[in-house]
Amino acid sequence: MRILVIADHDGTTMSDATARTVTAATTMGGEIHILVIGHGVEAVASHAAKLQSVAKVLCADAPSLAHGLAEPVAAIVARVAGGYDNIVAPATSFGKSIAPRVAALLDVMQLSDVTSVISADTYERPIYAGNALQTIRSKDKRRVVTIRPSAFPAVGEGGTAPIETIEAETVPELVTFKGSEVTKNERPELTSAKIVVSGGRGVGSEDQFKQLVLPLADKLGGAVGASRAAVDSGYAPNDWQVGQTGKVVAPDLYVALGISGAIQHLAGMKDSKVIVAINKDADAPIFQVADYGLVADMFQAVPQLIAELDKT
Amino acid sequence: MKILVPVKRVTDPNIKIRVKADGSGVDLTSVKMAINPFCEIAVEEAIRLREAGKAREVVVVSIGPTAAQDTLRAALAMGADRAILIEAETGVEPLGVAKALKRIAEAENPDIIIVGKQAVDDDCNQTGQMLAALLGWPQATFASKVELGEGVATVKREIDGGLETLELKLPIVVTTDLRLNTPRYASLPNIMKAKKKPIDVRKAADFPELADLRLEVLKTIEPPGRAAGIKVNSIAELVQKLRSEARVI
Repeated sequence: MRILVIADHDGTTMSDATARTVTAATTMGGEIHILVIGHGVEAVASHAAKLQSVAKVLCADAPSLAHGLAEPVAAIVARVAGGYDNIVAPATSFGKSIAPRVAALLDVMQLSDVTSVISADTYERPIYAGNALQTIRSKDKRRVVTIRPSAFPAVGEGGTAPIETIEAETVPELVTFKGSEVTKNERPELTSAKIVVSGGRGVGSEDQFKQLVLPLADKLGGAVGASRAAVDSGYAPNDWQVGQTGKVVAPDLYVALGISGAIQHLAGMKDSKVIVAINKDADAPIFQVADYGLVADMFQAVPQLIAELDKT
Repeated sequence: MKILVPVKRVTDPNIKIRVKADGSGVDLTSVKMAINPFCEIAVEEAIRLREAGKAREVVVVSIGPTAAQDTLRAALAMGADRAILIEAETGVEPLGVAKALKRIAEAENPDIIIVGKQAVDDDCNQTGQMLAALLGWPQATFASKVELGEGVATVKREIDGGLETLELKLPIVVTTDLRLNTPRYASLPNIMKAKKKPIDVRKAADFPELADLRLEVLKTIEPPGRAAGIKVNSIAELVQKLRSEARVI
């Protein structure tokens, strides 16, 4: 049994989601290799080589691979896949884009957003926004699996796997990367943060989001999240969205401010260890999942909370 | 320019589904069904491109039970020109669906296929990418803006941490994210008009790839619920609980 993990990275740093995916791969039972694809990604490859349980790092490095475009990346993965039983990627925006493309090239079905590994071919995954958990077995000769990062801890470091360079694929250049607007973020990354503070429609405006949600997140050293309603209303950018169609988080502490608790939001945060909800509507569904609920006007409660945290 | 939009009939996203007690699946009897929200965004985008004079025809296609005609009628009422239904009464998987859609695409010859990024029932997020791979077309997943030029499309995509812009040579597959647009409500006259628009019904027997299932569902269970929490009466009490009881701050 051989497992290939596709590394998710930004060109210089490997994402925490990759280390979590390696943990999931260890429970499949087999030799684990990591495939790093990009341009000038020596640092990513050496980081991958340090991860525990990794036997080998494969690295494809070429200018045409600089932006992780799905077409050349999937072509390389599909070419290398013949030597592996399981091809595993984190369910990040990168992994979600490339993995189904790889699966189709290999003529196999993908198992998406896996939250638990039962065996090498059997997995548990949420469906219907996490309102049901399905155990599925793949009958394919090899499997393409994406892993929900928040469901697994990150693997430790201390390994010294060898790095092997592999050829880049030549595919017709049908796609040109024109640029990106990546938010410079001093806060922890949303999907791996220990504390997440999220705001909902109840926050009322983009300005109030900045004045209430952000200072509390910073006070707690946490990441910032938002409900779909808050994103739809333009209070927060889409990549802060927590929920079925946004990010799935499972921090130690999740603070929901002015969030009613729609099914699709709960799907993104209900596996958090401790949930705190502050909402002025005592009947809001968020209170059904909250460990600590406070029925209060958040515009008064949040400044009080920050002041209280300042004491001691 | 022709646009093909695959749409899926799913349970209404606003209702909480029930898992059958025997673990055999989700109880779908007498549950309200609707067009998948991301497919609705795809239909809207295609219609807007046609209205802007960038496209000539919008064809919607669905794979599902006879009742999926309702889903197609909803898309036709929004403004799609015609519809194709591949009747499949049993369950299908994204790979089989992508293979069937590939054959539809080869017959229809669209310049763009706009697909919802995921269906809110199985939450797979696969069909668009698989279809692009099978056709050998470039893909732009999780689109929040689509602009058409001469033989190319410029697509802004939602990625972790922000946005990315790609320029792609047509033909392409685009998958929709939430912020691409807000779908319109169909007006009563358009709902009436949609009843007269053609739906070309195909038999599942002509699409054997749909029956080639690769996954076996062993069981479906309800996720473990959370233990009931408590209401606190003040901020001071909340902070005290978080510090000494939950120990998370």
